[in-house]
Amino acid sequence: MIPAAFDYVRAGSADEAISLLAEHGDEAKVLAGGHSLVPLMKLRLATPSVLVDVGRVDDLKYIRDEGDHVAIGALTRHRDVEISDVLRRDVPILAHATSHVGDPQVRHRGTIGGSLAHGDPASDLPAVLLALGATLVVQGADGTREVAADDFFQGFLETAVGEAELLTEIRVPKATGAGWSFQKFNRRAQDWAIVGVACVRRGDDQVGIGLVNMDSRPVHAAATEAAIASGASVEDAAAVADEGTEPAADLNASVEFRRHLARVLTGRALAEASS
Amino acid sequence: MEISITVNGSEARHDVEPRTLLVHHIREALGLTGTNVGCDTSSCGACTVHLDGEAVKSCTVLAVQADGCTLTTIEGLAPSEEELHPMQQAFREQHGLQCGFCTPGMVMAATSLLDEVPEPTETQVREGLEGNLCRCTGYHNIVQAVLAAAKSGGGGTTVAVQQ
Repeated sequence: MIPAAFDYVRAGSADEAISLLAEHGDEAKVLAGGHSLVPLMKLRLATPSVLVDVGRVDDLKYIRDEGDHVAIGALTRHRDVEISDVLRRDVPILAHATSHVGDPQVRHRGTIGGSLAHGDPASDLPAVLLALGATLVVQGADGTREVAADDFFQGFLETAVGEAELLTEIRVPKATGAGWSFQKFNRRAQDWAIVGVACVRRGDDQVGIGLVNMDSRPVHAAATEAAIASGASVEDAAAVADEGTEPAADLNASVEFRRHLARVLTGRALAEASS
Repeated sequence: MEISITVNGSEARHDVEPRTLLVHHIREALGLTGTNVGCDTSSCGACTVHLDGEAVKSCTVLAVQADGCTLTTIEGLAPSEEELHPMQQAFREQHGLQCGFCTPGMVMAATSLLDEVPEPTETQVREGLEGNLCRCTGYHNIVQAVLAAAKSGGGGTTVAVQQ
């Protein structure tokens, strides 16, 4: 399979990428590692006429300890997130979940920013960011703005990143010592999650839970979070994990099976994060 | 667009269409047909090569993205025409292949794995090869081959780099 023809331009900096995106409008797509976009282009599900390659913008590749949070450059590869000492210590759920993205070859090329900006509800990392309460930094011609993870994922493959904007940084609040769990249910090693649950428990009544593949966008298990906040048991809180979600049916799972998985996996996640 | 890639130690310049996939560039422009196209959807790993020293699936990389990079294919792994790379030797000795279609990708993924984890456990080998599918062997002998290569101490790419 070969993508439809497109023009290829290489950006040397974030600023240059943003002006190239402004110049080419909605015909252009940003290319980072290419491991979400290139497969779609090969299937001709995406046919951008211009690709703006930001893969060589090296100053967006970093993992920095910023005191209360860790700042991750959008072009940091999954592999580097997976093995980062800072993240393994202070945000272990993110390093762990990243080690379940695709396979080693995919993690050598794919980037955290590319995965998040793709906005796929079936991918692992958005749920982790929801559970952690992360902030995303988006840069445009007029400077940068911060978007909470809760506001970033707006619909199926839709995010808060505008046409002439670039996701540049992910700020992840530290969860050093907090309980956490990442549950990914799939049938084969490298598959997408049929349902996944990311859980960060910072205290008896404080838990963040993100769900993978339970709606048209990455969503919280809001009813479970509220139940924990009001003192419910793990069992009772997990029993409402699918409340308010609208999962889809596909070849792997019916809507009811997905709801069942969300409840069971949330129960396991809460138990692991609370132990 | 003109691109320059250091392929198995030699510089290769070509004019490519931006939509050319790296695997097609390797097979058709560079004439290195050891790298196979299997699933063509970044699942099976038959197209695995090393880009700047790390295993990647060349069906999911554009040739223009590899511009300026170092590329090693299965043809570039052995130290000479007469000698196999220790990983290739281990696949041969442990019967790590039947039809052989997945083998170039398996060997490239396995050498990259040993670069990162020189003394892996069996579980680490199995997880490290999760991006490569084999329809013949049931994986057992492939895993044994990688463990044997690790034990021999030369199963990573250090040998290839020194040539």
